[in-house]
Amino acid sequence: MTLALDTAARQALPPRRSRFWGKIRTNPSALVGAVLVGFFVLVAVLGPWLVGIDPIKTSWTAVRKMPSLAAWFGTDELGRDVLSRVVSGAQASLLAGVVSVCIAVSIGGPLGLAAGYFGGWVDAVISRCTEALLACPFLILAIALGSVLGASLTNAMIAIGIAAAPIFTRLTRAQTLSVKTEDYVEGARAIGLRDRWIILRYILPNIFAPILVQATLIIAQAIIAEASLSFLGLGQQPPAPSWGAMLATGKNFVQQGQWWMSVFPGVAIFLTVLGFNLLGDGLRDALDPRET
Amino acid sequence: MLAYAARRVLVAIPTIILVSIFVFVLQKMLPGDPILVLAGEERDPVVIALLREKYRLNDPLPVQYFAWAWQALQGNLGISLRTNVPVLQLVAEKLPVTLQLAAMAMSFALLIGIPAGIMAAVKKGTAWDYAATGIALWGLSIPNFFLGVMLIFLVSVQLQWLPASGYVPLSESVSQNLRTMIMPAFVLGNALAASMMRHTRSAMLGVLKQDYVRTARAKGLLEPRVVLRHALRNALVPVVTIGTLLFGELLAGAVLTEQIFTIPGFGKLIVDAVFNRDYAVVQGVVLCTAIGYIGLNLVADLLYFVLNPRLRVR
Repeated sequence: MTLALDTAARQALPPRRSRFWGKIRTNPSALVGAVLVGFFVLVAVLGPWLVGIDPIKTSWTAVRKMPSLAAWFGTDELGRDVLSRVVSGAQASLLAGVVSVCIAVSIGGPLGLAAGYFGGWVDAVISRCTEALLACPFLILAIALGSVLGASLTNAMIAIGIAAAPIFTRLTRAQTLSVKTEDYVEGARAIGLRDRWIILRYILPNIFAPILVQATLIIAQAIIAEASLSFLGLGQQPPAPSWGAMLATGKNFVQQGQWWMSVFPGVAIFLTVLGFNLLGDGLRDALDPRET
Repeated sequence: MLAYAARRVLVAIPTIILVSIFVFVLQKMLPGDPILVLAGEERDPVVIALLREKYRLNDPLPVQYFAWAWQALQGNLGISLRTNVPVLQLVAEKLPVTLQLAAMAMSFALLIGIPAGIMAAVKKGTAWDYAATGIALWGLSIPNFFLGVMLIFLVSVQLQWLPASGYVPLSESVSQNLRTMIMPAFVLGNALAASMMRHTRSAMLGVLKQDYVRTARAKGLLEPRVVLRHALRNALVPVVTIGTLLFGELLAGAVLTEQIFTIPGFGKLIVDAVFNRDYAVVQGVVLCTAIGYIGLNLVADLLYFVLNPRLRVR
């Protein structure tokens, strides 16, 4: 009986997925973003194998060498190959971006869902706490949390995840509030479905798309935040490569005209962040009803 | 207006209380025992016990929180373990430097972002629009520490136009101060300019479709007058409020900019405090930033109310 009613309620859902993917495929911004992100994912996965140079191997005879055929991106202050470090740094940066956003969504999503769906005192408590956390600028909060947790890539990801969680709480709450008044949700409630079932089957699938867009844009911010924390010495610890830490070291040699230690990791951060921003913008345009 | 302002202030109070609880909990979670630092190298148990008593660390946590909050309300945010200077005094010394940097960055953002946003909206779909939108995307994607390092290389090392780092107080020399602050302000304002451009473009596109703009054009007014007198005045309402909120973001952005250009401001204070494990300073800076941010939110709300006549009528 419940299944039959569920099927009936499901039929009331607006069909939108095929239209959404169709728009994504024709959106140049999303396509360029996807290509850039895809390229860096490939670099992170296959790069270390393709480059074949140990990113932490030092060489005192090849300290701070300019880019050449032997070392395409040059070498750093310890004679390590900058190309292999940029390629290995891609793993740390992408991992940090994705894991911290997963942490943020796992904390912020359920809280926002609970606040929006149940309302009342649950909403009041969660919303006030969210506002308090949003009152602290993202990076300052991440630095403060990073100082509590200690300097490491894992702790940087946790700090960024916690700092970004309120953004998802607010977004999920707003989306839930708008979806829960839809006819199909009212219908599901009227036929006596349990809250848990309504949330899983009717609310979640319909708030997923805006959360995905926000997640894509926050990955870009999280990559910058991880690079910032590593730049300050609160992220990935040496000798493991990280774009932010490479830039921090490279900065000390820029005044001597040795630009390659900063330029290559910097360009890598810029292109990755640009990719996620373009992808996020493209996804948002595809989901914006005003564009239809 | 006064009733609206009072209501907004009342709403801000629980947020400030929650922020203070959060900052207090953060302090309690910090690794290491600050009393051991205060007790010195000898770590005499009697001294440690006396210090615990003095700082009320033997009291239950809620009692400790209320004692700390009461002190904070009176302006006592504790004493820096490193420099032995009151935290509030440190914040008061460093804040003007960051505020100057933020004000200059905001000026850059307004000077670049608003005209570019207007141009992109008025010339929608043309090369101007694509160029402005592309530059905005560039501004949002380039990390300010990378831009800073590249500008140091280009402007200071190659061209030798401006100093690479350092800070000269405004009171010492205005010209030297500006020479040291222009590059950091540009770096800090870059992302903000991109954001302002996007908001201005979006707001202008909305306003340019309105009936009163069509009426102004139908009356035969010249296009610059229509854009600047009729459209821009209304489009700037959300931009001004968003700009106020973004000013808070500048305080966070200043952390890295001050680090790159070695500017002794608020941002450098928190980074140095983190590395020196000077927790009272970290706590004080986070609390002051959050309260400043809540204050800016309040100002943005009130500005929106003042600038938007429809809200005033209600």
